[in-house]
Amino acid sequence: MSESLIEVDSLVAEYGRRRILDGVEMRVGAAEIRCIMGGSGSGKSTLLRHLIGLSEPKSGTVRLLGNDLRTLSGGEKRRLMREIGVAFQGGALLSSMSVLDNVMLPLRERGGLDENTMRIMARLKLEVVNLGDFGDLLPAQLSGGMIKRAALARAIVMDPKLLFFDEPSAGLDPVVAAELDDLILKLRDSMGVSIVVVTHELQSAFKIADRISIIDHGKILLTGSVDAVRASDNERVQDLFNRRARHEELSAEEYLERLTSAH
Amino acid sequence: MPNPPSGGYFISFLDRGGRKSVAAINELGYAVALVVESFYWLLLGPFKQQPVRPSSVAERMMEVGLRAAPIVFMLSFAVGVMLAIQGIHTLRVFGAEGQVVLGIAISVTREFGPLITAILVAGRSGAALAARIGTMQVNQEVDALRVMGINPVRYLVSPVLAAMLVMVPVLTAFSIFSALLGGAIFCRLQLDLSYYGFWQQTIIYVAAGDLYQGLFKSVVFAVLIALIGAANGFLVRGGAEGVGAATTRAVVISISAIVLADMVFTYFLNRAGV
Repeated sequence: MSESLIEVDSLVAEYGRRRILDGVEMRVGAAEIRCIMGGSGSGKSTLLRHLIGLSEPKSGTVRLLGNDLRTLSGGEKRRLMREIGVAFQGGALLSSMSVLDNVMLPLRERGGLDENTMRIMARLKLEVVNLGDFGDLLPAQLSGGMIKRAALARAIVMDPKLLFFDEPSAGLDPVVAAELDDLILKLRDSMGVSIVVVTHELQSAFKIADRISIIDHGKILLTGSVDAVRASDNERVQDLFNRRARHEELSAEEYLERLTSAH
Repeated sequence: MPNPPSGGYFISFLDRGGRKSVAAINELGYAVALVVESFYWLLLGPFKQQPVRPSSVAERMMEVGLRAAPIVFMLSFAVGVMLAIQGIHTLRVFGAEGQVVLGIAISVTREFGPLITAILVAGRSGAALAARIGTMQVNQEVDALRVMGINPVRYLVSPVLAAMLVMVPVLTAFSIFSALLGGAIFCRLQLDLSYYGFWQQTIIYVAAGDLYQGLFKSVVFAVLIALIGAANGFLVRGGAEGVGAATTRAVVISISAIVLADMVFTYFLNRAGV
């Protein structure tokens, strides 16, 4: 594998006294698509928030493009953020702006470009995600799949080196989800961008991932190619892949303690 | 979260009170930090290549100022009429109805103009700001701004603060004028006092200091409304219900803060002889 664009070392995150991430290690290489998978509450969304600098770790480091997020000044972090794009689960488009204005927003805030140039650049990205004719609409006028594609257009408008997706297929029908998967692959091939996808959609992950990391109880259980992960005999991984419910074995005393504890 | 102490109602009461006090102090600290950061971006943003966009400020000025003008006029006019009614009724006991202009002019300029305007702006724009930022927070739009390298305070709060710093004093002046107009019309009908006479007396009674006092208060109220609205918006948790609660809270806290600040300023400004 070539040099790592994302390096995570001994990452620990806590909410209050609850440990969410427990010593996570991860490397993502150039032009790699990495899927992070895990059940609900496994810590995958928290990991994503730390990767994109929205949360501060309790300990450990996250390096994006060689920059340790904890040591960057405000200005340095802003510049680094221009090198990454994030497509949030719900799109997170600004509801008061048209789709085109949403896509133009990062360009406008960076400054130095005239209105026409920004408009052309934004329209180009909308064409890439097949929304060329929908730039004048408000986000509320778009379908779920279109919102995700518009969010993707905004994420790639600055030609980032790293792209992050939070549950790109969530809430979409299988056909639209497959279209989005194709779009992710197309972006990697055409732009050479490294992509991290947090998802619990097995089919999507198997289709797009170069490597998959399985996270459980805040720890990376396993990282490997699609075939390697599918062949794993780890019980928790198999539970996830085979949609098996996990039953915790509690003693009578533990069960009573859980029922009677205040929180 | 630590378990609550076991030890009866009193301990539990103290525990809850302590937690709420800590939360309130945290929020106050957050609001103060928000004030500092908002002014920082307003003043230093251009030097950091992160200016507050004049178009955003203009848009907010329209919303905070021009669109509020009709309701400010209506309520201020009504208050002017009510002050005239009460003033004439009270002063008639002493046969001094002619002095009603003094009461109207001073109270409107120093108190009612700034207060009515601030309460209206808090209910209108402060609530809207809390709801807007709260909804953006819930929909991850604030997170989206952060990952685009856009500071949310600069983008969302500083333009509103700038707009309020300009428009609340302007609306206050408009409110004072509207209330005086209401008083003048009622005095004309009731006492047969000419508009010119009302105006002349107003100019005689109202000193520049009275006007400055009203406008100075309005600037303080503008800062309070913008920051209480923004702080409540950013602190929203828990979806649509949280946004509703934050909006209500922003209005209640803003109006309480305005009235309390008004009392404090009135006390000190009057002691200082302004």
